[in-house]
Amino acid sequence: MLNAHGKDVHQCDSGWVPVYVDQEKSISLMSIGFLLERPDDAVVWRGPKKNALIKQFVGDVSWGDLDFLIVDTPPGTSDEHISTVDALRPFNPMGAVVVTTPQAVSVGDVRRELTFCKKMGLPVVGVVENMSGFVCPHCTECTNVFSKGGGEELARHAGVPFLGCVPLDPLLTQSLEQGKNFIQEFPKSSAYSSITSIAQQILDSATQGS
Amino acid sequence: MADVPENAPQHCPGTGSSDAGKSSACEGCPNQTLCAAAAGPDPAIEEIKEKMSSVKHKILVLSGKGGVGKSTFSAHLAHGLAEDEGKQIALLDVDICGPSIPRIMGLEGEQVHQSGSGWSPVYVEDNLAVMSVGFLLGSPDDAVIWRGPKKSGMIKQFLRDVDWGDVDYLIVDTPPGTSDEHLSVVQYLSAAHIDGAVIITTPQEVSLQDVRKEINFCRKVKLPIIGVVENMSGFICPKCKNESQIFPPTTGGAKKMCSDLKIPLLGRVPLDPNIGKSCDAGKSFFTEIPDSPATLSYRTIIQKIQEFCSLRQS
Repeated sequence: MLNAHGKDVHQCDSGWVPVYVDQEKSISLMSIGFLLERPDDAVVWRGPKKNALIKQFVGDVSWGDLDFLIVDTPPGTSDEHISTVDALRPFNPMGAVVVTTPQAVSVGDVRRELTFCKKMGLPVVGVVENMSGFVCPHCTECTNVFSKGGGEELARHAGVPFLGCVPLDPLLTQSLEQGKNFIQEFPKSSAYSSITSIAQQILDSATQGS
Repeated sequence: MADVPENAPQHCPGTGSSDAGKSSACEGCPNQTLCAAAAGPDPAIEEIKEKMSSVKHKILVLSGKGGVGKSTFSAHLAHGLAEDEGKQIALLDVDICGPSIPRIMGLEGEQVHQSGSGWSPVYVEDNLAVMSVGFLLGSPDDAVIWRGPKKSGMIKQFLRDVDWGDVDYLIVDTPPGTSDEHLSVVQYLSAAHIDGAVIITTPQEVSLQDVRKEINFCRKVKLPIIGVVENMSGFICPKCKNESQIFPPTTGGAKKMCSDLKIPLLGRVPLDPNIGKSCDAGKSFFTEIPDSPATLSYRTIIQKIQEFCSLRQS
């Protein structure tokens, strides 16, 4: 998604060197994708091996000075999640952004995710409702492909902040496919304003917190 | 003596031998206790084989990414197959941390009962039984915060201790990925033989990338692939009837991937807001929207899966 496939992770004195997305080195990345020989290789691992790698990613990568570390997790409340929270606990993580789609089937799982955060003592920064409505490019009619409002209701129900809705936007999926920066490429699109507003709210709560 | 590790001490009896960990050569070997403790394969595999002898066909539903429509597909594969009243269908949800099947099947809040012959599954119709970890939870807010071994233990119980009865098709809905749950299902069913796996994807490359990994997983564990279903393939605006690609197939979609990897493409299902709606309401969209293109596409796919399974039987 960030146009960094095929790059390699190098080793230096202070650990693994992450992959940089841009020349200015403003975004550094680490993913198991960089450690695979072929992109189609399956990582058929049970929990303990995954946990060990997560610990290494947190402890042995030479991240340098960072303002934000964003951890993207798989769905669920299992090995990866427990290990990540455990590994980051000494660093006092700011909290979790919980992403859902509007339909009840998805909200149902996210309710469990919020319980997970509560049990693990991880603060919830807020809920984001993704894939929220699609504006037909032909007639500008907005269709709620995956229904509407589930994220907001969930946030109210759980008493956590609601950060916003991101509409379905083919331009967004396309940018991700091509590894382009959506925020720079399509500042006029409908998803742009919602994503920047959500990012701003997260920044705000970070400054409040520190 | 193929099971003698390369770096084993001299005269190692082999890890599979009945003398493993006990012979004089084992003294001082760092693996001695491990070898002495392991008593061959898990006895549950044989018990599950016994249990599964009354189940004719076993189908796994897999995907690389989350949220591509696995549970929706599994549920409707079950609904579709159950339309033939002469057939018994069972649907097993092994997504331990995110069980969506109870809601999609309209069974939220149901509980599992214990009987003399094991756990009784929950019945949607006379010929459609469902089992999910969701039925074991007290509240919809309850999280299952379990690591792998506990999840595997649960899966073992689902396969061994549920009183399925005589079943024509057992459909297993899995979480995304290639980890504990998948390995456990395949391992526990290894002696009982699985017909094959159906892999669900969306059209974009980001999703297909993970499907290729899933296919490699199937090949590694020698699981036959029934085929790939491309879900969320195009969206028809209900107002102007024009089609848009919400998830653009920039690299040719599932069609190109399937022809590259020589596996069958079972079909493409368009995005239809009514599908999500019927799933939220816990109803089958075969009865809710019988004429939608998505429904027709689903029917063809189910037909192909039935054909695949009947070929394997003969």
